[in-house]
Amino acid sequence: MLKSRSARPKPPGIRKSPTGIRGLDEITMGGLPRGRTTLVCGGPGCGKTLLAVEYIARGILEYGEPGVFISFEESTEELTDNVSSLGFDLRGLSRRGLLAMDQVRIEKSEIEETGEYDLEGLFVRIGSLIDQVKAKRVALDTIESLFAGLSNDAIVRAELRRLFHWLKAKGVTSIVTAERGEGTLTRNGLEEYVSDCVILLDHRVENQIATRRVRIVKYRGSMHQPNEYPTMIGSHGLSVMPLSSLGLDYPVSKVRVSTGIKRLDSMLGGRGYIRGSSILVSGSAGTGKTSFAAAFADRVCRSRQKCLYLSFEESPAQLIRNMSSVGFDLQHWVDKRLLQFRSQRVSAFGLENHLVNLQSWVDEFSPFAVVIDPTTGLSQEGESSEILAMLTRIVDLLKSRGITAFFTSLSKGGPGWETSEVSISSLMDTWLHLRNIEFQGERARGLVVVKSRGMAHSNQVKEFLLSDTGVELCDPYIGAGEVLMGSAREAQEAKEKEQAIEEMQAFEQHQNETQAQRRSLEARIDVMRLRLKSLTGEMKASLSREELKQSRLSQERSRMRVARKAE
Amino acid sequence: MEKKKPSARSPKARKPRGPVKKYAYDLRLYVAGQTPRAVKALENLERICKEHLSGQYRLVVIDLLKAPKLARGDQIVAVPTLVRKLPTPVRRIIGDLSDTERVLIGLDLRER
Repeated sequence: MLKSRSARPKPPGIRKSPTGIRGLDEITMGGLPRGRTTLVCGGPGCGKTLLAVEYIARGILEYGEPGVFISFEESTEELTDNVSSLGFDLRGLSRRGLLAMDQVRIEKSEIEETGEYDLEGLFVRIGSLIDQVKAKRVALDTIESLFAGLSNDAIVRAELRRLFHWLKAKGVTSIVTAERGEGTLTRNGLEEYVSDCVILLDHRVENQIATRRVRIVKYRGSMHQPNEYPTMIGSHGLSVMPLSSLGLDYPVSKVRVSTGIKRLDSMLGGRGYIRGSSILVSGSAGTGKTSFAAAFADRVCRSRQKCLYLSFEESPAQLIRNMSSVGFDLQHWVDKRLLQFRSQRVSAFGLENHLVNLQSWVDEFSPFAVVIDPTTGLSQEGESSEILAMLTRIVDLLKSRGITAFFTSLSKGGPGWETSEVSISSLMDTWLHLRNIEFQGERARGLVVVKSRGMAHSNQVKEFLLSDTGVELCDPYIGAGEVLMGSAREAQEAKEKEQAIEEMQAFEQHQNETQAQRRSLEARIDVMRLRLKSLTGEMKASLSREELKQSRLSQERSRMRVARKAE
Repeated sequence: MEKKKPSARSPKARKPRGPVKKYAYDLRLYVAGQTPRAVKALENLERICKEHLSGQYRLVVIDLLKAPKLARGDQIVAVPTLVRKLPTPVRRIIGDLSDTERVLIGLDLRER
């Protein structure tokens, strides 16, 4: 698909006349066949006239190609008023000489047919308008009225065939609308004459929701996207959602975006989500999905980036109030124009309207990140396959623009939660699942990273608390072969703390006792040292006394010897 | 009988300017060039008028190739188209007017 798109401007291919209608030029690979006639068919109210008007008006405004609009049904005044609400000022364009409008009214009751005739009058009228504005584009809406107004079908057919040839010869690109018939593209088989390009518009009601679709039935000489695409008439006119054609070639980023929850960042390889990735937070009711979304939105705004928050369940005011209770002041981000809330009931529009709205908001606001809370709201609408297609388109849309997408999803809970999100999980790069864990008569909130492409991530089930300061993750108690959460975890932690204190006290006591013993020993050593010292002194004293005594004795003896006059 | 030969004149001159003389039937025949069909239609019309509306009508022939803008006012799609402006309501008869009965019905000169 992508290759064919890049091959669009090949010189030998037919030349195109861009419509300027968002998406339509993509599925037609550049627009309508230039210089030829395109047939737009569809049932009543599916936007044929609008497509024709837009082709002419956008041709003037965006491509500088003057146009002629011939209406066979509405008066030009009605038509002008009808499209002015979509921002097309046909009166102004006419006044500037870029647009010529005319109403061709054929009232069968006023007409009597006698014999041969042709539609040269119509040719003359169209021709004079083309010459008047030097038109490059012509719209005929709805040319089939000719069949209703004139009874000679054979003449009308022959003349229409001549008309299309004549338009081609005039070198204008023309668009012809026709009512859809039973089992045929058009009621009067116009597709037989207009064989270059046929666009089918469709307006179906399924589950009480109207869905518009467009399909290129045929495009001679050109590649085109063959599928049906959702279409919407928005405030800027018609848009087609060709997003499935984007394929899987978006640029990837390595830049990380914080989750807004510190411990969660570290669970995701330490740095949070990857920029431009898609993140799913699933969980059963009341698990805190919105709080995670708010944490992320808050973080994005904190880094001075813009965040678009789509809420399908709560009004902005309610959401802001509720999130302020868990410590996120979202209001001041709104005031700073960094955060934009868009709340709407899912049932307000069909699926593709939500998609188109999202696209136009993204275009207007160009956010850094988009939060969609919750995607499950969408499942009230349409078939699950449609929702999947829609989510694929949303993911494609945001990824192709490098916008980080944050989705929340309400899951049923219970053991089957992993399968309940199987369909959308493949679209998601990071999937966090929040669980209520009932344990010993209370509920604790658990968080698990189911997957996270492109990063190492924690495998642990974490417990998280919602407090008035935000979302706080804490490790569950793991030990002695069991995982504890909630107050059981707290109790277990308290018990352990107590034990630790006791042990510490015992240790201290023991330490003190030993110290005391040591001190008493030392004291005794001191005493003994003293005694030893005194003993030594005593010994010294007795020794000197003994020496004195001996010397005295010897002196005495020598004196006696002298006295006896011995020898 | 009053008749205006149209083709050479300017479109403005051909427009009936106010009822100078009030004719019961104000007829305009729109053609695109002097095609055989246009000629035939004019012949048929003149014959019918002569027979049925003698003296009560005015006929203006308008060639759209010369005055294309006039096609808009009378909502001309097919040619030839005969428009009965008066008496009201406006009637349109398209074709070469070869079926006299139908023309008379179209002009309300015969019961439908």
